[in-house]
Amino acid sequence: MTPRSRWGTVALGLLVLATAFPFYWAIVSSFTPEARLFERPSLLPTALVLDHYRALFTERDFWVPIRNSLVVAGATTAICVTIGGLCAYALARLRFRGKAPLLGLILAVSVFPQISVVSPLYLLLRRLHLINTYPGLILPYLTFAMPLTVWLLVGFFRQLPAELEEAAMVDGASRLRALREVILPLALPGLAATAILTFVYSWNEFLFALSFTLGPERQTVPVAIALFRGQYQVPWGQILAAAIVATAPVAVLVLAFQRRIVQGLTAGAVKG
Amino acid sequence: MRGGEGAEPLEARLAWRLVAPALAIILLVALFPLLWTVWESVHLHDLRMPWLGRPFIGADNYVEAFRDARFWGALAHTLLFTVATVTLELGLGCVLALAMNRAFRGRALVRAAVLIPWAIPTVVSALLWRFIFEGQAGIANTLLVEAGILRQPPVWFIHPGLAWVPVVLADVWKTTPFVALLLLAGLQNIDASLYEAARIDGASAWRQFRYVTLPLLKPAILVALIFRTLDAFRVFDLIYVMTGGGPGTSTEPIALYTFNSLLQNLRFGYGSALSVIVFAVTFALALGYIRFLGAGLTETRA
Amino acid sequence: MASVRLAGVEKTYPNGHVAARGIELEIADGEFMVLVGPSGCGKSTALRMIAGLETPTAGRVLIGERDVTALPPQERDIAMVFQSYALYPHMTVRENLSFGLRMRGVARPVIGERVENAARALGLEAVLERKPGQLSGGQRQRVALGRAMVRDPKVFLFDEPLSNLDAKLRVETRAELARLHRRLKATIVYVTHDQEEALTLGGRVAVMRDGNVEQVAPPMEVYRRPASVFVAGFVGSPAMNLLPGDVRPDGTWTGPGGLVLPLAGPRGGADVPARMTLGVRPHDVAIILPGAGDATARVDVVEPRGSELLVHLRLGADGEGGELRVVAPPEQAIAVDTAVGVRLDRDRLHWFDEPTGRRLE
Repeated sequence: MTPRSRWGTVALGLLVLATAFPFYWAIVSSFTPEARLFERPSLLPTALVLDHYRALFTERDFWVPIRNSLVVAGATTAICVTIGGLCAYALARLRFRGKAPLLGLILAVSVFPQISVVSPLYLLLRRLHLINTYPGLILPYLTFAMPLTVWLLVGFFRQLPAELEEAAMVDGASRLRALREVILPLALPGLAATAILTFVYSWNEFLFALSFTLGPERQTVPVAIALFRGQYQVPWGQILAAAIVATAPVAVLVLAFQRRIVQGLTAGAVKG
Repeated sequence: MRGGEGAEPLEARLAWRLVAPALAIILLVALFPLLWTVWESVHLHDLRMPWLGRPFIGADNYVEAFRDARFWGALAHTLLFTVATVTLELGLGCVLALAMNRAFRGRALVRAAVLIPWAIPTVVSALLWRFIFEGQAGIANTLLVEAGILRQPPVWFIHPGLAWVPVVLADVWKTTPFVALLLLAGLQNIDASLYEAARIDGASAWRQFRYVTLPLLKPAILVALIFRTLDAFRVFDLIYVMTGGGPGTSTEPIALYTFNSLLQNLRFGYGSALSVIVFAVTFALALGYIRFLGAGLTETRA
Repeated sequence: MASVRLAGVEKTYPNGHVAARGIELEIADGEFMVLVGPSGCGKSTALRMIAGLETPTAGRVLIGERDVTALPPQERDIAMVFQSYALYPHMTVRENLSFGLRMRGVARPVIGERVENAARALGLEAVLERKPGQLSGGQRQRVALGRAMVRDPKVFLFDEPLSNLDAKLRVETRAELARLHRRLKATIVYVTHDQEEALTLGGRVAVMRDGNVEQVAPPMEVYRRPASVFVAGFVGSPAMNLLPGDVRPDGTWTGPGGLVLPLAGPRGGADVPARMTLGVRPHDVAIILPGAGDATARVDVVEPRGSELLVHLRLGADGEGGELRVVAPPEQAIAVDTAVGVRLDRDRLHWFDEPTGRRLE
């Protein structure tokens, strides 16, 4: 090993360590009795209990926010991938006037600060009696999820050679049939990666969920965890247990599709 | 030779049919609300005092904002946070990307390590780091005292200056790996034969970095820079959960102040004016983005 | 089978690029027509307009008697072989071959039979269940060919189908294509940038340049009687020498490096232009002793090419008169940097008008 590559290895070792430590500590602490959390903490666990997890699902009904998050993130993803997918296909593949400004608009909307549209969305949802409902979350989620999905999918669709669908059309397929029989099967990995990213963004969203829900019955996981804090005392054990529960599905999804996700995320960065 | 647009009427008609639903949604949930925010911002609208109605008051909300010390404070906090995190993340991210660019075993492990902090909810990372720095007997204090770095463990979150440390650290922890990934993608795009050519020309490692890597990595660095700047400028979740803007308002960023004006104080007119200001600054930054890189990103490559 | 006609076809892209400037071209039923030209000459665009992948800005495209200008590709009954082959990577060879028939609603047993026949004809039976990714370059090329064949379309379109093959395989496939055309008697429009491929394959060759058709003729006529300076320079290898010169009142033509040629017969008349370009193929020049022949030249570079020598000369005693390429027999002794004489074959000279570049008879 050259000295330079040794330094590289050291840097990466530190990276993995620094990344893993908070998780390690959260996991260890989530199994530690509440009374011992701040009493001479030690890096190695001394006593392991399931109390916090049990309390999470019995006292706290943590199933409710999990269900809410699944419904909202799932519906947002489904809507975005289908409607956004068609839009992305047209933007990536078809020739029509106004394509460049449209792409510009979508890029611009994707950098909108969420806080800039909180007030009208709140007033709109209130007028439609959608505050504290599932549609009242899904609709606002489309503001960031739709441009994101379209943008990612345009990148994926562009990677497929145009000659494939030209061949399909010469072979007698209509545009839409070529899309279904040739492009869609080939775009499936890209669609999956996009769906996962959209789901993760929606699962993690906080500001809208905080603004447009009123009580625990419609709160999503991040809002529920953030509001665990009691009046006088912070139930850290339960908070950490909830954090682990909220992280696990996202971590699994991302690990399973890491290669594709990295491709989708970095596609924009390397062109230009 | 190809890649033009127009001239194919059938194709154009189909294209608009496919684009229309997504476009309608974007107009309804993004563009229309944005215009509404602008409209609200020039009206007096206080949900606590509905009897006042919603009279037009011109630029009064903006004038109030510019005379509001808390607004300037929030803006300063946002700027401080942005500069601190973006600098640290790009610097560290660059080092990590260079390290990751070398072929080595365990690459998958590193990539996983890199992705997970980025993928988890910000709320969760905020809580993890709050817990690490919590109280006087948190693990951070314990380790710092044991290592002899600190003699007296501070209470991080009651001190206006110290409270920033865990906040910035949490953001750096969550996003640096992501920046590294962006830069790594840029690095991998550089043709290896360029380094060979530079070596043959007698360039030292530093010069190879300075004259080959850095110029060719510039687009990736710019993208990362602007993505991160936009994100940092909008910071909300992290600080809402970690400090709530406190102690007092000493860590309150502009997005949090806007949120409080809207949904705590229910001052929709004033809050909307703040929203518009956040939007304007973000948009100015984004325009820079499109100007520098957008041409390459939005060009039609049919 | 059907004829194809391009009538005044123009294509301007929205970015202002003009790919076709009023192309007129008639391809007879069963003809093998090759469109050839340098990159950017509009040959691919012309093919894509026949396919329906591009719509002309003006003019009409006819297949048989039918005006198909506004029809999408799937309604034109054509088959196309792409440069990249464009095989569907997620389908097996069998599925690739049957796709076009399936899209046209052909009955299942008929599809099976036709696919088997095509596979047998192309030697693909063993790989029918494989995916394109598992095939060699030559096999992929044959699958692309088979996909067009099973369809039995009115017109076959080929877009540089051989350019991804190595040299040996290219020559083999070329012969196979010629046999295929003889057997199917199909109308074929074939695009290539390779003039040699164009000459060997085409029943007729259309040489294109800058969105225009410069000449349409059988291969040997294009070679023997190029219609313009451009065609003369493009067709044939090594390329024809093109020498600019002036016409003297005494009826002689004076070129570079003291090259003087009498203008025989009717060329001495009043309609002779003031400036003419002389075209002469390297094969039609002989290297002889200095002092003899039509002009003197210096030997610059000698390239042995196996069956012959390609000699680069510089015209004039001092070598100031420009380059002249000559093909010499391999046994001829030619020393670099010596003076030689050149003699031009008077029966094989080509005269072109300047500045129009048109051929003069």
